[in-house]
Formats: sequence, structure tokens, C-alpha cells
Amino acid sequence: MRYLPKSDAERAAMLRDIGAASIDELFSVIPNEYRLTRDLNVPRQMGESEIIDHFKAAAQKNANGYTSFLGAGAYRHYRPVIIDSLVQRGEFLTSYTPYQAEITQGTLQAIFEFQTMICELTGKDIANASMYDGSTGAAEAVMMAVRITGRDGVLVARTAHPEYREVMHTYAQHQGHDAREIDYGSDGRIDLAALDAAVTNQTACVLVQSPNFFGIVEDIPAIAEIAHKKGALLIVSIAEAVSLGIVRPPVEADIVSMEAQSFGVALSYGGPYCGVLAAKEKYLRQMPGRLVGETRDTEGRRGFVLTLSTREQHIRREKATSNICTNQALVALMATIFMTVYGKQGIRELALQNLAKAKYAADTLGKQGKLLFASTPRFHEFVLQTDETPDQLNVRLLEKKIIGGLSLKKWYPELGNATLWCATELTTKEQINTAASVLANAPVTAAAR
Amino acid sequence: MAYPANYKYTREHEWIEVSGKIGTVGITDYAQNSLGDIVFVDAPKVGDKVEKGAVFGSVESVKAVSDLYSPVSGTVTEVNESLKDSPEKINTDAHAAWIIKVELSDPAEVDSLLDAAAYEKFIAEETGK
Repeated sequence: MRYLPKSDAERAAMLRDIGAASIDELFSVIPNEYRLTRDLNVPRQMGESEIIDHFKAAAQKNANGYTSFLGAGAYRHYRPVIIDSLVQRGEFLTSYTPYQAEITQGTLQAIFEFQTMICELTGKDIANASMYDGSTGAAEAVMMAVRITGRDGVLVARTAHPEYREVMHTYAQHQGHDAREIDYGSDGRIDLAALDAAVTNQTACVLVQSPNFFGIVEDIPAIAEIAHKKGALLIVSIAEAVSLGIVRPPVEADIVSMEAQSFGVALSYGGPYCGVLAAKEKYLRQMPGRLVGETRDTEGRRGFVLTLSTREQHIRREKATSNICTNQALVALMATIFMTVYGKQGIRELALQNLAKAKYAADTLGKQGKLLFASTPRFHEFVLQTDETPDQLNVRLLEKKIIGGLSLKKWYPELGNATLWCATELTTKEQINTAASVLANAPVTAAAR
Repeated sequence: MAYPANYKYTREHEWIEVSGKIGTVGITDYAQNSLGDIVFVDAPKVGDKVEKGAVFGSVESVKAVSDLYSPVSGTVTEVNESLKDSPEKINTDAHAAWIIKVELSDPAEVDSLLDAAAYEKFIAEETGK
């Protein structure tokens, strides 16, 4: 198929074929008041050289040459160049949903390998062929738990990503869920006593994120025990896939939802990212989205097909398991290539490097402020409390071309002047030392308050 | 295949055989034939309430998932566990492969269902459409 606009001759031929004298006549059934009678107010077309200049100018707005300590669900990791060279192959780049197995074995095999690697990483039996991102994946996991249990109580840790929670609540308000949040304790983890008191036999699921929004590893076995003793499911949300290189996989979880952006997907101003949904096999038929299965063709050769799609929207319409009807095949392919290139040992080494860099950063920056939840195990993010406000601090850091930690005031005002910092394998010791020296030189007026 | 005269039928293609207060429910041969190879039966649990005309589960074939509509109201007393491993039993003998047994809360509801002759006439019309 060629993606070229229609010519006047082609338009005329089509009109002749359908027996309309003009395009206006074709649309004459639409009442006049709903028809646009002027040209669209869009800029004129650009020449190729103008387009290149336009994008060059836009690229100048990127924070090139800046050091970033931002994390919070969007992580800066190295992207091996093989990822972009492979995903730009036309066979992958322009392919549509692989409904027709006969002509899409390559796409189907890549998705099957994605599912297999995600299962190995998360310790689950089944994984689907990706969701939009970590937030919608978490929301779908909640709806899945509600369907499985036939209950409508949803308990969400306040230490889960605030934007994931917002998406979940948006979904929940039209699903009739009774969603409540459970606060965290002094160690920065979900308050187990509060959770224990809140779980009832009407609770469909408990959702926690680990490492949580503060970068802290939650006590998954303890949370699982509390949820499971009342028959509720445990959903573990993971915002940083690289953590699985060192953090124990959430084997107790019934459903795992994850953001896999860290696996070779560019930060790209917040998307497109790659959501992951994995679960125990017994929940297979309640899992939304696409699944690819391995099979044999009539001649006994190994092949791949979309499977279990009878519950999907294109067949079951309004009774479908979920309204999700798209996945992120190309972005999932980036993650697949990333996982293949790094391998099991490589992802472990990558995670160890992140851990080491973050420890150095927390120790160094921690001397210039107060490290919160300091004694709880964490991965590559930490919360720093300072005398200066996050805005004051970040203005001074920007002067040194440093993008400092994310202000937590909007979501956790009780933490005062708290910022969330992240260090990855791309963060250097010099960058950390420079940031620490900026923090050390806080104006006297701010420090005295 | 013959439609047993001692069964009653719904227009949604379920059958029920009533014995005392207990009704045994399955799908008809016509239904299994339309669905094709059945790969999964999603049935309720013992103790669940079912309501006449309301969905109580679904059957999944390689082609589609179809809802199951209860012919009567009542409480599920038994579920055919053998369908978990062998859902194809419905294809082999739909009128023997029952799905659930229900204790009827209102036995009079059965009177409004189709008898075998009326059901056969109904599916003949459906096929003729």
C-alpha cells in the first residue's frame, strides 16, 4: 500500500464510479449548518529544507548539555543503537495488527518473545502483548481483579505513582469501584497495620508499587499475606523495569503491571511508553489485550498466532473483557530488543550500576540535606528534604545546567521541602559532586529559615 | 439430533430438565453446532444466585464467546466440573453435558419455556432467516 494523497484525476474517477457530480454533492446529506464552508486554518505546506530547519529549531529547545536527576516513572537509560536500526525496518515500522498470521510471522514471533521474557522477568505464567503504559496497565489490572473476584473494593498504596493513581481513579469512577488509598508509614512503605485494617471480604485487590514512588522496595510477601487471607488479589505495579535486575520478582503477586520504558524506549516527552501486564495462568481469560501463542501449522511447522481473542473488542463488541483495542507493538519491540541485547546477566549488571550510582548520590547529597526514609531498602531513587524550597533549589541548580530532583509538594505536602532524585548508569560521579556543591552553597537567608 | 421431550428450552438456546425442585441446565445441540469447537466454559460457583433471563456464565468456542442465559431463577447447587478439562463434551453430546444444576425458587417459571416441538419450530425459523 502506498501512502500518497489522492490526485484530482483519482478523485474524479471515484466520484464517477459512485455517481456523484462533486464532493459537495456526496456530502449533501449532512445539513449545511454542520458543514465547514471555509478552508481549514492550518499553515501552508513547507518545503523539505524548511521542515528540516523547523525541527532543528525545535530540537534546540531540548535540554542538551544538562544533567538530569529526574526519575519518577520516566527514566534515562542508555539505548543501544541496534534498537532504532531494527525498529525502523519497514516490516516492523509499517505493520498493522497481525490478525492475518499467514503474512505476519515476524511480528508475531517478536511479540511472543516479548511475552516470554516478561514472564521470566516478573515471575508470572502469562503476559500480554503490551498495554499503553504503566498507568493504564495498572488500571486494567484493577478492573481484571474486580472481574475475577466479583468484588468492588480497591485498595491502593499512596506510595504508588501519583499519576498512575489518578488514571486508576479516572477508570474506577465509571466502573463503580470503591477505591481507597492506604497511607505510608515512617519507613516510606505502605502502612501494613492500616492495610490490614482496611482489607475486608469485599476487597477485590490491593495495589502496591515496588520500588514505590519514593524509590523504596515494598515488603511484598507481607502485603501478599494480608491481601490473600481475605481472598483479595495482589497487584504489584512496577514503574522501573530495570529494578527487576536486582529486586526479587513479585512472585506472590496475582497480577503484575509494569512500565517498560526503561528497556530501550526514549523518554520522548512522556510517551509513547510500553505497558506490561502479566498474571498467574488461572487468570488468563480475564486478561485484556492481545496474546500471541505458539502453535503448529498443517505441515507441523512452528508458527505463531493471536490467540484467545474471542473476548476482545473486535469480536465481542460491548461485552469485551476490556475496551483496550490497541497495543504498543513497536515500542514493545524496542523493549524486546533491549532485553535480548542485555540478557539476564546484563540486566543484573545494569541494575547493580544504578544501585551503586544512586547510593553514592544519596550519600553525597544526603550530607547537604536530610535523606528521608534513609534506612529502608531502595533502588535508584531517594527523597531529599532541604531548607530551601524545591523551586529555589532548582533555580540555582539550573544555573549550573543541572535539572534537580522533582518537587513532591503537589502530592506529598506533608514532606515539606522534599524532592525526589534519581541516578542511573548515565549519571556520573562528577555530576553528583557538582549538584552537591550547589546544594552546599545555599544562600544564608534560605538556610536560616 | 433429537430434542428430548422431557426438557424445556429457551429462545437463547439453553435446555433445562426439571426433577422435583432441581433443574439441570445445558445448551442445545443447535447452540453447540452454531458455536463450533467449544474450548472453555465459564460457569458460576455453587451457592451463586441465578435469575431467569439473566446471564449466568459464558461458553467460549474458537469463533466466539457467548453468554449463557438462565432459564429459571434459583440457587446453583452443583457445577459440572468435568467441563473444566473436557469442554468438548458439549460438542459431543450437548443434551447430556449439563453445565449447572439449580434449585428453583419459582417452579412456575418453567411453564413459560418452550417445549421440544416449539423449540424445534423456533430453530427452523431461525435457520430459515
